Amino acid sequence: MNTRKFLSMLAIAGLFAYSCSDDDDNPTVVNEEEVITTMTVTLTAGTDVVTLTSRDLDGPDGPNAPVITVSGPLTANTTYTGEVSLLNETETPAENVNEEIEEEADEHQFFYDVASTLNATTAYTDTEADYPPNMGTNPVGITFSLVTTDASTGSLTVTLRHEPKKPNDGTLADAGGDTDIAQSFDLTIQ
Amino acid sequence: MLVSILGTLVSKAQDCTMSLSGKVIDFHDGVPLKDATITFNDQTIVTDKDGSYSISNLCAVSYAFTISHANCNSQVVTIDLKEVSKKDFYLEHHLDELQEVEVSGKKRSKTSSSQEETISKDIIQKYSSAALGDALKEITGVSSLNTGSTIVKPIIQGLSGSRVLIMNNGVRMQDMEWGDEHAPNVDINTAGNVTVVKGAAALRYGGDAIGGVIVMEPNKVPAKDTLTGKTVVTGASNGRGTAVTSEIIKGYKSGWFLKAQGTLKRFGDVEAPDYVLSNTGIFERGGSLSFGNNKFIQGWDVYYSYYQNEIGVLAASHIGNADDLIESINSGQPLVIRDFTYSIDNPKQDVTHHLGRVRYFKRFEKLGKWTTQYDFQHNQRFEFDIRQTAELRKIPSLDLELTTHTITSDFVLDGKFDYNLDFGILVRYQDNFADPSTRARRLIPDYEKYDAGLFVTGKYNFNDNLIIDAGIRYDYNQIDAKKFYIKTRWEERGYDEEFNDIIIADEGTQWLTNPKFEYHSVSATTGFNYMFGESYELRGNYALAQRAPNPSELFSDGLHHSASRIELGDLRIEQETSHKISFSLQKSDENFGWEIAPYANFINDYILLEPTDVELSIRGAFPVWEYRQTNARLLGIDANLNKKWLPNWKTNHSFSLVKGKDTENDIPLINIPAANLSNRIIFEKKDWKDLVISLESEYTFRQNEVPDNIMVFSPQEQEDVLLEINTPPSDYHLFHMNADITVPFIKQNELNIGVTINNITNNKYRNYLNRQRYFADEVGRNFLLRLTFNY
Repeated sequence: MNTRKFLSMLAIAGLFAYSCSDDDDNPTVVNEEEVITTMTVTLTAGTDVVTLTSRDLDGPDGPNAPVITVSGPLTANTTYTGEVSLLNETETPAENVNEEIEEEADEHQFFYDVASTLNATTAYTDTEADYPPNMGTNPVGITFSLVTTDASTGSLTVTLRHEPKKPNDGTLADAGGDTDIAQSFDLTIQ
Repeated sequence: MLVSILGTLVSKAQDCTMSLSGKVIDFHDGVPLKDATITFNDQTIVTDKDGSYSISNLCAVSYAFTISHANCNSQVVTIDLKEVSKKDFYLEHHLDELQEVEVSGKKRSKTSSSQEETISKDIIQKYSSAALGDALKEITGVSSLNTGSTIVKPIIQGLSGSRVLIMNNGVRMQDMEWGDEHAPNVDINTAGNVTVVKGAAALRYGGDAIGGVIVMEPNKVPAKDTLTGKTVVTGASNGRGTAVTSEIIKGYKSGWFLKAQGTLKRFGDVEAPDYVLSNTGIFERGGSLSFGNNKFIQGWDVYYSYYQNEIGVLAASHIGNADDLIESINSGQPLVIRDFTYSIDNPKQDVTHHLGRVRYFKRFEKLGKWTTQYDFQHNQRFEFDIRQTAELRKIPSLDLELTTHTITSDFVLDGKFDYNLDFGILVRYQDNFADPSTRARRLIPDYEKYDAGLFVTGKYNFNDNLIIDAGIRYDYNQIDAKKFYIKTRWEERGYDEEFNDIIIADEGTQWLTNPKFEYHSVSATTGFNYMFGESYELRGNYALAQRAPNPSELFSDGLHHSASRIELGDLRIEQETSHKISFSLQKSDENFGWEIAPYANFINDYILLEPTDVELSIRGAFPVWEYRQTNARLLGIDANLNKKWLPNWKTNHSFSLVKGKDTENDIPLINIPAANLSNRIIFEKKDWKDLVISLESEYTFRQNEVPDNIMVFSPQEQEDVLLEINTPPSDYHLFHMNADITVPFIKQNELNIGVTINNITNNKYRNYLNRQRYFADEVGRNFLLRLTFNY
């Protein structure tokens, strides 16, 4: 024990010397890898393309709120195919985060919540099995459909949950899990 | 004390006309000792009132004299009468400092004039399987800030964290006490007793203890040939786990000692009355070893302790954003309830603390004692979160390594009866390293910190009844950090207007900055202790204390994943200054005793962390907790009473109340403990195997004085909603029971059997001072069985 003590004391002395000598070394910067800065939801019906974007370049750590843009109104009584694309734009070139979600499709799910004032409905058009090697039959929601009826206004909230209960009844309350994305878009159907 | 004769054969043939005379003197203060005994062969001589002795008819050979005095260590001195005829013997009168067995009945306190209380080994044993903070709640005026049931930070008279200093075996703990969810990295089983000084009056430990000081001291090793040990095994029904702690002590008359101790605790998920609190298990391992030699006038010892704790954090407390928080508050039920398990999953903490100490002391005749020590601490904290990929989940999202070296030296002048003085100095170097391999932004930056301190404290015995004490301390702190700020945050904080000169590199979206701050702090205290009547004691104390901000208060910045909140420090934060006045009037009597202890603490520039707003991000809205400074006032009272009603029946009652106010804004302070009242009825019967049974009622009032809730924008609701983040839970009333008996066990050893039932009625309740009160109820009924073997 005495020898070990002595050795550890030596090590401590060494630490002193070390910590004094590395004064000028700067720590390396950490850019968070799990950050999603940008979500783009593309709604397509033939040549009618509406994009919903939320861009939060300073991430959840930064003070700035995401910039939300909706490219235009939706057309009444139309069926849109929807697709979500996720990016991390803090990196150059921007990292495509969809790949990570697809890899762990069984642990993720998007939820589309249409406000009661907006005359539209959504439905999933994919399952986990669409993203091999996943084999499940539960929806993921990277692709979906949105069907509009009469002209109206209201919000569409897109939520990405990590490790939700699967299968679930399609509500956030039942699904649980952690929220990776939660964004609302004010839409107009005309 | 012990009388042994190492006799020397006396030859009859010799002429035995020699004599020896002199005095027996207290080494310490030079006072002659009356009634000291000098023993040789089969004779015993007693000193007179001047401490003098005289022995005649001695032969001209060597004699071994054993010199003894009540409360002193005996000494054996060999004298050759051919050469010596006059000899003064010196005895050490301050046994406790020589690590002798405790002087029974004598209450040793850390200060003379401030409020303090000690818990002894019975209570430590009772809480052997729990945390230090749980045991300290037995002390009136001490409560705790919890994260679940296993992360317990002590609160002393309303203040916690960096305002409460923990002395572990003479070493000030440097274990990242700045975080609300960072519990002290100590094993309660390493302590023989724990004293809480309520306030900053114990200046020798530090000048910044605005809340108070917790002094954990080990059991003393008697300077005699002895081998003792103790093992405590505790089993608990709630958490379905066991804690085992064992220690073995070997002492030698020569002053050598060796002590080894180890603890192992393993608990699974604890359960609330209605559900399992998923992912709340712990796995704690600890060990300590000390050895040394404490001789009469000098001594040294080496102490090393190791502590590791893996702590599960309630699964339901990991939430995504403010909407999840609102959902959780409204549902009244944890969002994640799984089956019981022992395994600890993310989110979790894994903390390790190494503490090493080398100490040396030397006594100077009629002057005092000089002690110098070096201590080394290494604290490693990992926090694992639920992250996006399985690969990332294996990497901690927080990885901090805090290394501290401290040298302290002090000289106690206690050579005079009527006063003593203690001078001391301290130098400390600390290095914090935040590992970037976490791939998450650092919450606490890399920093180097230098501390230096100087103090003088003194005590003057005015007369037999009145003691006056006073002290002053100066501390210098310098912190030199390398901190990254997101550029938008830098501007949002307004740092671009004041601190642009500390930017040292541009890292794309972030600035690398080099904040360097210096603080000069002065603390001082004075007070009195007046004893009167049969058993009355009045204490009064004023303490001025200054505390420099901790790294969290200065540098916190960003999303705290495990708490789902954005915590923002402020580079502009300055020291806080506390003025505390406290009194205590006490009657110590086993049959009817009481204590009443009011206090007022005025803190200028009090640093506090409270929810202020939400910030929107792509992940939703997060509550923002910001540090700010204000003037605060804490007014409180601690009271207790004990009465013996019948020979075997007694009751204990205690009450504590503290009110905290932000006097600048006239609003209540956050996280102030609610008033609480404890009543205990105790039945004791020595004849029945030392049976002690107690039933306790613990009533905690509702904390009605809290800051206002905040209105936040909910993206989910598309409108402002009330975030009930400050709403306090209801009052609660719990019953606990404890029973102990002691039976003989193999030869002359003893076995103590204890049974404890906590929360007998399995009450459902939430605690205002639990950070997880938004997510789940507190722990339900718990049966504990405790076996203590003394050998």
